[in-house]
Amino acid sequence: MDTSPPEPRLSALYQELILDHYRRPRNKGTLDDATHTVSLNNPLCGDEIDLQLRVDGDVIKDVRFIGRGCSISQASASMMTQLLKDKSIPQAVALAERMSAMMQGEDAAARDKALGELRALAGVSKFPVRIKCALLPWNALTDAVKT
Amino acid sequence: MLDAARIRADFPLLERPENGRRLVYLDNAATTQKPEPVLAAIQEYYRTTNANVHRGAYGLAIRATQAYEAGRGRIARFVNAWAPEGVVFTRGTTEAINLVAGSYGRANVRPGDTVVVTAMDHHSNLVPWQILCQEKGATLRMVEITEDGRIDLSDFGAALERRPKIVAFPYVSNALGTVNPAAQLAKLAHAVGAVVVVDGAQSTPHLKVDVQALDCDFYALSGHKMLGPMGSGALVGKPELLEAMPPYHGGGEMISRVWDDHSTYNKIPHKFEAGTPNVEGAVGLAAAVDYLERIGPDRIAEHEQALARAAIEKLTGIEGVTVYGPRGHRAGVVSFTYGDIHPHDIATILDQDGVCIRAGHHCTQPLMRRLNVAATARASFYIYNDLEDVEALAGSLVKAGALFGYVPA
Repeated sequence: MDTSPPEPRLSALYQELILDHYRRPRNKGTLDDATHTVSLNNPLCGDEIDLQLRVDGDVIKDVRFIGRGCSISQASASMMTQLLKDKSIPQAVALAERMSAMMQGEDAAARDKALGELRALAGVSKFPVRIKCALLPWNALTDAVKT
Repeated sequence: MLDAARIRADFPLLERPENGRRLVYLDNAATTQKPEPVLAAIQEYYRTTNANVHRGAYGLAIRATQAYEAGRGRIARFVNAWAPEGVVFTRGTTEAINLVAGSYGRANVRPGDTVVVTAMDHHSNLVPWQILCQEKGATLRMVEITEDGRIDLSDFGAALERRPKIVAFPYVSNALGTVNPAAQLAKLAHAVGAVVVVDGAQSTPHLKVDVQALDCDFYALSGHKMLGPMGSGALVGKPELLEAMPPYHGGGEMISRVWDDHSTYNKIPHKFEAGTPNVEGAVGLAAAVDYLERIGPDRIAEHEQALARAAIEKLTGIEGVTVYGPRGHRAGVVSFTYGDIHPHDIATILDQDGVCIRAGHHCTQPLMRRLNVAATARASFYIYNDLEDVEALAGSLVKAGALFGYVPA
């Protein structure tokens, strides 16, 4: 008897938009005037991100990242940086929580327009071992604004 | 080649479909599946023989001890150990190497001494030596590799000029499949007075091993990579070296007499086996060795080499795929990358077709840096794999290429 779960759709995982961000990452680089800098890596798979923010008051004025890793982690980082510009720290933290909810398979989060292009990553929730890839840049963000 | 279909029938796990497909298990360098005789031996041990070893005065405990010691003898014969008491049971290769570093290394390495490792060593044959050298103020010298992933013999020679106390290297590289000239390296190292430690995690399961012919001093192996249970393994050492070494872990079994403030220690191998040992591991590993010997280590090596050759030919035929490691003589490990597709993405895509491969740094980060990659995908073969598995790997890889726009969908 085959008890394995039905095959999650690969095409839902590897959408055009994700591959586009993987190959042409937005906001890749470093900031000269960063106020917050965090480096995170996943020791198991080797994915890495260096995230820099320039925060003025409690508003994220600019953001850059340098990363090495799979399409999911790099696309998530690229999309995240697009979304963060001009958001307040509490708004950014709320987005990180929304992203985490989407990764846990919450449909409402996957439909939330606030997540913008990141909704293309909703399919990752069907691939449990890859969720950490999508959340790596968000964990870096949470670490950055905590300090 | 071996009759892989017949061998597969002995492995219950391989009969189970994965994602609705025939399971194509190509992560054997990480761990192997277990055949019925190994599973049966473990069951049988707990059903009929289980008791604590080396203690009880009753028949059951004596039979448990006999089963455990018979396992030791079986493994000693398999690798042609110097003596059965030169086989110390450990949790695996990692613990075996830590034992050498923690006992022989701590007793013999002094400030200013050198320990030599290679750039292709698994973290388990690198980090214990780093810890030792840091503690002792000794120098760790890493030998470079050649472009095609072999130990650079001229750099090995240069490293030996430092007259190292210990020289450690893998017999077979877990990330590249390179089969190192272990006997030659041991001879060179002995010529400068070094003690030779061979990481046998990837050689013992796949080729005929004779530690006396290699003439190393210590040889580490893992049971779970050779059809045996997880948590089984051994350090095989020259008895006179083991006898002179201080204990590694303290506790029961390893002692002779215990006073309030000091103890005397048991003879080898028991001196290094503190606490209740993994008897099911020894029994299961012995059954695994029986199984492998029935097939024959030389035939196993031949089978895997044929699969590796076929895989390299198939994969290099796909535009954008790079295969790492030597092209000639090598073991059944094939590391590769495919254009800019990250190895984790490759592994996820292959998994949907029931093809299990490893993606990552394979616990060889210094090697990955030298290959100038963050990670590779790795297919590794064993006795139950066949050419159909190689076809499945290549077919699924083309699918990954299509998703990432390398080949028309």
